[in-house]
Amino acid sequence: MTATTATEVVRVQVPERSVRHDLRAVKIVFHRELLRFWSDRMRMISGLIQPALWLLVMGTGLSSLMATGGGEVDLKTFIYPGVCAMTVMFTAMFSAASIVWDREFGFLREMLVAPVSRGAIVVGKCLGGAFVATAQGVVIVAMAGLAGVPYDPLLMLTLVGELFLGAFALTAFGVLLAARITNMQSFFAIMQMAMMPMLFLSGALYPLSGLPGWLAVLTKLNPLTYAVEPMRQAVFSRLDLSPELERAFNSGVTWNGWPVPVWLQLVMVAVMGLGLLGVAVVQFRRGD
Amino acid sequence: MTTGEPAVAVAGLVKRFGDVTAVQGIDFTVASGEIFGFLGPNGAGKSTTISMLCTLLRPTAGTAQVAGHDVLRERDDVRRNIGLVFQDPTLDGYLSGEQNLRFHAELYGVPRAAVADRMRQVLEMVGLWERRRDKVQTYSGGMKRRLEIARGLLHSPRVLFLDEPTVGLDPQTRASIWDYIRQLQAAEQITIFMTTHYMEEAEFCDRIAIMDSGRIVALDTPEALKASVGKDRVQLHTDDAEAAIAALKERFDLDAAVREGAVTFAVPGGEEFVPRLFAELGMPIRSVSVARPSLDDVFMSYTGTTIRDAEGSSRDWMRMAARGRA
Repeated sequence: MTATTATEVVRVQVPERSVRHDLRAVKIVFHRELLRFWSDRMRMISGLIQPALWLLVMGTGLSSLMATGGGEVDLKTFIYPGVCAMTVMFTAMFSAASIVWDREFGFLREMLVAPVSRGAIVVGKCLGGAFVATAQGVVIVAMAGLAGVPYDPLLMLTLVGELFLGAFALTAFGVLLAARITNMQSFFAIMQMAMMPMLFLSGALYPLSGLPGWLAVLTKLNPLTYAVEPMRQAVFSRLDLSPELERAFNSGVTWNGWPVPVWLQLVMVAVMGLGLLGVAVVQFRRGD
Repeated sequence: MTTGEPAVAVAGLVKRFGDVTAVQGIDFTVASGEIFGFLGPNGAGKSTTISMLCTLLRPTAGTAQVAGHDVLRERDDVRRNIGLVFQDPTLDGYLSGEQNLRFHAELYGVPRAAVADRMRQVLEMVGLWERRRDKVQTYSGGMKRRLEIARGLLHSPRVLFLDEPTVGLDPQTRASIWDYIRQLQAAEQITIFMTTHYMEEAEFCDRIAIMDSGRIVALDTPEALKASVGKDRVQLHTDDAEAAIAALKERFDLDAAVREGAVTFAVPGGEEFVPRLFAELGMPIRSVSVARPSLDDVFMSYTGTTIRDAEGSSRDWMRMAARGRA
């Protein structure tokens, strides 16, 4: 490389917009999410400790409550898919929150004045958020042994795949919120408001069988239910349980008596994720 | 080094926010290769105008072309050809200087083969090559601004917009930023469009538009603007400012006012006027100063106030508004 002087200018030509250019933009926005996550050690550590706490403290605490229920199912095993989903959920939401953060610190403006489509930026952000959340999920998947879940490679892969899908839909939801909500406090307030009921009504923490009718309806309207349920099905299919216990803990989701197949649940989550992503793109387009 | 097509052409540009008209129909052109300055107090509509030119805000009415492209209809073409340095920082503090630039290069689709050389060039220009691997949050305010300028240049824009590039920086850093701007104009032959409310900085521009309350009240070279005033500024201190103002009106038919704490008025041939002042004012004078017309006087003669007074009053107004809300 030669030393450059004021007279020898390296001129560059910015190309016309193209799909290739948009893909490059998706890639760099994605890459930035990873870089930021990687450089934020505190977030990484808390991301590791939190699920372990849920699993060990919540799981163990609730098991003692259930001791009289009798049976071979450890409640830790039962809430394991829920804890996986929860971990990913929080991480995904934090990733989405970074858009609000970027806005407050001005960096969003750097992205929005670039000659790329808003779609590329939103897609990059969602994929990045989902990827980071899934990476966090991989850690908890690796803790399967603590919850008495067998280390079956196929099961692990299934769980990670399902986590990615859920994380993607949740990040898209968060990004959509972030398109309209411009300050951090309101963003987190609204997220808490949306996430807590979603979490408690999803079957992540207690079985959905035997709920009173109105509550059962709410759980079926809750999108998170369809992200948690396939993971539970995957875990329980590897356990050897009596039909009784199976009924109590793994009743599945039914619509008017019809058991919703796992593939349909996954499709629903995917469609929801893409739909939310689409709306988020429209929102960011409208913003200017 | 002005050539052919204007870098910026604006006609009848208006921006309304609800009931407030921030920009009230302005017209101007900026020649290619020019350093063009927008001068005015905070709230005059400078940043709003820049935002419209950069496609960040849609004009309510009027048209604007930047680098030959319409800001409404050919937004991406405008964006590819401009560089932006905002008033507020827009860097990612968690990334290094180099990572911030790389992000920009990818987002603007700078050809991969050219990225490394171009990055080195702009970083060396602003003297940040050695610090390129440090996180931006460890940079000083001046370094951050320099990095933003480097980033704005990375994709070789034809027009570089600088919105208050030196605001909030110490005088030394301001001077160095100006060195970069001039060096840059020589090296890259680009048009620089900037806003400022520092009079000293406006002097460096090839042409200045003075903006006040959403209108351009004057537009010319700094020299021509100063010559147009034709009067020197005299400031004096007496024990009784009110009496002095009255006496000036009565004996010399001069309109004086208290500006920045001194009785101030404009008069042709100020130095010759001083002996008459002492002889005929009829009251003790503690000090007198005479100044050639500066851009401050230009500003005052077009807007009726000094830029600092204009800002002072708008700040007071904001403070009052804030108190009213609380």
